[in-house]
Amino acid sequence: MSDGNGAPPALLATDHVVKAFGGLVAVNDVSFSVPQRSIVSIIGPNGAGKTTFFNMLTGLYKPTLGTISFADKDITGMRPDKITALGVARTFQNIRLFPTMSAVENVMVGQHARMRAGIFGSVLRTPRVRKEERAVREKAREALLYVGLRESELDQVAANLSYGDQRRLEIARALASDPALLLLDEPTAGMNPNESARLTEFMDRLRSERDLTILLIEHDMKVVMGVSERITVLDHGEKIAEGDPVEIRADERVVEAYLGKRGDD
Amino acid sequence: MSGLRELRTSKWANPLLAGTVILAAALFPFFVGPLDSIMDDSILVLAYVVMALGLNLVVGFAGLLDLGFVAFYAFGLLVTGWWASDHFSDVNSKASSPGIHVGVGEFPQSLAGIHFNFLLLVIGAILICAIAGAIIGLPTLRLRGDYIAIVTLAFGEIIGRVAQNGDELTPFANNKLTNGRQSISPIDQIDLPFLEEFDQATNLRPYFWTVLALALVVLFVNFRLRDSRLGRAWIALREDEVAAASMGVPLVRTKLLAYATGGAFGGISGAFLGPYLQSVNANQFQFGFSIFILAMVILGGLGSIWGVVLGAVLVAAMNVFVIPDVLDGGAVRSVLDSLGLDFTFSQVSFGVFGFILVLMMVLRPQGLIPERRRKLEFAEVTGTDETLYEARA
Repeated sequence: MSDGNGAPPALLATDHVVKAFGGLVAVNDVSFSVPQRSIVSIIGPNGAGKTTFFNMLTGLYKPTLGTISFADKDITGMRPDKITALGVARTFQNIRLFPTMSAVENVMVGQHARMRAGIFGSVLRTPRVRKEERAVREKAREALLYVGLRESELDQVAANLSYGDQRRLEIARALASDPALLLLDEPTAGMNPNESARLTEFMDRLRSERDLTILLIEHDMKVVMGVSERITVLDHGEKIAEGDPVEIRADERVVEAYLGKRGDD
Repeated sequence: MSGLRELRTSKWANPLLAGTVILAAALFPFFVGPLDSIMDDSILVLAYVVMALGLNLVVGFAGLLDLGFVAFYAFGLLVTGWWASDHFSDVNSKASSPGIHVGVGEFPQSLAGIHFNFLLLVIGAILICAIAGAIIGLPTLRLRGDYIAIVTLAFGEIIGRVAQNGDELTPFANNKLTNGRQSISPIDQIDLPFLEEFDQATNLRPYFWTVLALALVVLFVNFRLRDSRLGRAWIALREDEVAAASMGVPLVRTKLLAYATGGAFGGISGAFLGPYLQSVNANQFQFGFSIFILAMVILGGLGSIWGVVLGAVLVAAMNVFVIPDVLDGGAVRSVLDSLGLDFTFSQVSFGVFGFILVLMMVLRPQGLIPERRRKLEFAEVTGTDETLYEARA
């Protein structure tokens, strides 16, 4: 899949993906691609099928039709943990932490796919397991400090963290699996403009420092227009527009989807 | 005083306390007679501790409500019935010394049937229960919450029924699968390498030390697993299955490992109780047993290892000591008699347990020694969302 602009090779691509729940078609025939090291946004009104689309990309839903490929590998209908192991990590629209685990433990779970300790090794606590545990814990602390949690918060239980910190923790947990592609589902939901701006900056930093490709669902147009190279617009499960921020801003159908048809009464 | 306070805050406090308790437990048999009834009670209590620690792994850590734990008790007991008695008496019966014997003493040598050393029985019970655990896990993989409870309950019932009707089943030539409601008895006494064969008719101490050792091993494994990659995966699974899967935790594998490991602990306990109770029959495999063990876990505190140990000790002590000896004997009895009430508490023991559970739910729902995490859950509303059902249609 190439969009014909001579863009770098696609890291993630979907080909005519359809998801139907019984008679309801939530995502209809969406083809799109995310180039390596880009930041791409999916926008659309509520109920447009954005999160359903995300859930297919991460294996929580199986597409009814169509294929999804990641790094030239077909991942259609693959188990979520396998997709994570391949290098796709995500956050959730309504934060889904492990609320009674500490921040560090949350991030350690994020590294599950990168660890090797088995049941017998864990019981015997072999030198290899011990070393791995220490490395994973250390890495978790680093990841948390990187996203901006304070040292004193690292061992706090996730449920006790402030809303902003919970969002940051969720990103740290996703980063812990060493992903190549990071999916963020409305990362600025509930944030004030100041925090949103900081997050926008942070996404840019992630790309440059960690070589990440980022795909996000977002409602805050300031964030979307500021950070993304490309934007895909979904409405009623269909892709109605695709292009760079300038093109999208000018697109007749996008304005229509958000504001209603001009001249209707 | 200050010395004591210093001790309590030092990093050696916990190991020291644990060591003292273990030492006290190990020395305790020397202070009572070898056949004292308190020895009998303590042995049963410790066997139940092992069982409860196994169930805690499934229900407490991984959050999979299992109402069929009796199945693992059944398999553990049946392993001893099959491989440490004359139940399969026509196996190899034409040979000069009939039966199969592996690592057993002189007396079992002379008996027909299959006779394996106790250590082999434990390993056999672990394997069979781990496999059974994985099998019970398979149909529950697509289910959540209460539905898991229903399937596991059915599994426990199926095993119980099969054991009950096993005297009509002859899968291997003419050998009955079980003895049904009749006991398979006697079971070989435990015979450990380098030690004399145990004899519970004359001395209960070796049995006590054996079950104490088993309990300590299981306790150790519990702690190690809790603080491991697998343990974190179990807890993550309990907290949010969708998030766990998205973070790279393989759901099927992780759940089946919980069932298998928990089941294996149940099997260990069963393999010990076979030789100790000297009887294996279908009447032991009742649904009430699953609830009995679950009550220990809930009373102590779901997911809390020390809590479950305490819960098991208390509930088991109620069962083997308080109800039969205190409530049904002496003063309480005569009060009941004078009131013209002629029931015994043993007859309504499940009512007593139910009453205790209701009391707990009202007074201390998080358990006697709540897990750090659970304490939090009850203390305030956590950020868990209730939309677990949205994904994985």
